Amino acid sequence: MHGLINRSLESFLSETYGAAVWHDVVEAAGLGFEHFESMFEYEDWQTYAVIECAAELLSKSSDTILEDLGTYLVSSPNVKSLRRLLRFGGDTFVDFLHSLDDLYDRGKLAVPELELPTFKLLEEGRPGCFTVVCHGPHKGFGRAMLGVLRAMADDYGALVFMEYQGGRDGFEEISITLVESSFADGRDFSLARPDVLSGGGT
Amino acid sequence: MTKESLARLMPMHLILGLNGEILQCGPTVAKLFVDRTLTGQSFFECFDVNRPGNMASVADIIETIGTKLHLSMRNEHQTMLKAVGVALEGQEGVLLDMSFGISVVDTIGTYNLTIADFAATDLAVEMLYLIEAKSAAMNESHKLNARLQGAKMAAEEQAYTDTLTGLKNRRAMDHVLSRFVTGGDSFGLMQVDLDYFKAVNDTLGHAAGDHVLLEVARILVDETRSDDLVARVGGDEFVLLFHRLTDIDQLNDIAMRIIERMEVPIMFNGQQCRISTSIGTTVSDFYTEPDMDKMLSDADLALYASKNKGRACNTVFSAELLRQAS
Repeated sequence: MHGLINRSLESFLSETYGAAVWHDVVEAAGLGFEHFESMFEYEDWQTYAVIECAAELLSKSSDTILEDLGTYLVSSPNVKSLRRLLRFGGDTFVDFLHSLDDLYDRGKLAVPELELPTFKLLEEGRPGCFTVVCHGPHKGFGRAMLGVLRAMADDYGALVFMEYQGGRDGFEEISITLVESSFADGRDFSLARPDVLSGGGT
Repeated sequence: MTKESLARLMPMHLILGLNGEILQCGPTVAKLFVDRTLTGQSFFECFDVNRPGNMASVADIIETIGTKLHLSMRNEHQTMLKAVGVALEGQEGVLLDMSFGISVVDTIGTYNLTIADFAATDLAVEMLYLIEAKSAAMNESHKLNARLQGAKMAAEEQAYTDTLTGLKNRRAMDHVLSRFVTGGDSFGLMQVDLDYFKAVNDTLGHAAGDHVLLEVARILVDETRSDDLVARVGGDEFVLLFHRLTDIDQLNDIAMRIIERMEVPIMFNGQQCRISTSIGTTVSDFYTEPDMDKMLSDADLALYASKNKGRACNTVFSAELLRQAS
């Protein structure tokens, strides 16, 4: 699994639960090193071992860890880049949902080695009802995506119900019901990079 | 086409009357001029046409229709724009469609543009996405490079290998030599110096020089036993340590074999690289209490005696040499 994914997992665990917990996870998982490098490639078992050991140490399910990871990636003030890149998908939450079809290609454009699953948005008969189908070689992306989608709905200020519908054969499904697209104010987004606007870091 | 439809397709369009008056403008252009209403103003008072030159009237624009126009806004930012025009039916004016070109990156910040300010089919937003994604990825790579650079320097400092030749380096030589000395082992020591190496480097270039060093390293390894130490301790200086070998005749033989082989020109890209070798030798048996620095400097003294004798020879250290030197 790509270092960006592993590194995200590390940042999430050590920022949320502290460096000591991360250290214990590393020990339990038998990684043999302390930190992931975001531009390296790692064996898949290493990623799964980290998730499983973290779940056990924190007495949570792996699914919860993954979902919280997804939320963290969008909402943490320390990782601004993913949220910004996702906001390029559109001006409204529905536009954003429509842009999920492009997410795989967008990911490849940014980092060609990154193996993301493909996402497909199905529009159900009733307005405001969608299903996101996530398909890829790695299990668990759907759970993380659920966290990402929840955080993005907040980001756009949309009121949304979402549910993980289960998965099999490499396909995972998330159902989405949009109750109100501008329920709250949402967070500001400017196309210009914050460092360009203010001279600060991203 | 209605004004609204045109605005949706081309949010950065202008319609100019024949007299240069702006009759209509798209919503994004309007947003660029924060403190003035464009409609009704003269195009040439709001924009400079930089290319093609000498464009002073709408008639001039019609004259060159089809050519890309390079505009700059007449405001404090002097934002650069690209534009293309078509004549309206009945020749009553010109429709201009504009875009930011590469200046879009700065412009979106200056005018606080959003996704909605671009036509849905405009690739500008995709381009901004790409720039940002690539910058983020590049940023990660830079951080990684910096860390790797630090790790590499630390590793090199601790390394025992000369990266060019694969021979041991001075650190390794110091380490082994001090082990021999403190352990009371008997050993032979040779200082080997290449002659004319600098000339090869200067006339044939560094690649030739590097090639020669690799060949020299191969010869030195060939002519020594596997548990002898061959170290490159300077640009063209080598030290050989022979564990439990203090027989002067044997060491002389080894030295002569090395010298003979070094006399054979080394070929590099069809060019002959000629070098020669001078060697100075000493052995631990010469000393009641061998000392690292003393032995190295004695071997060095013997080496310079070889050079004085006309190079391509080996000199064994003796008290006589020391007397001559002082």
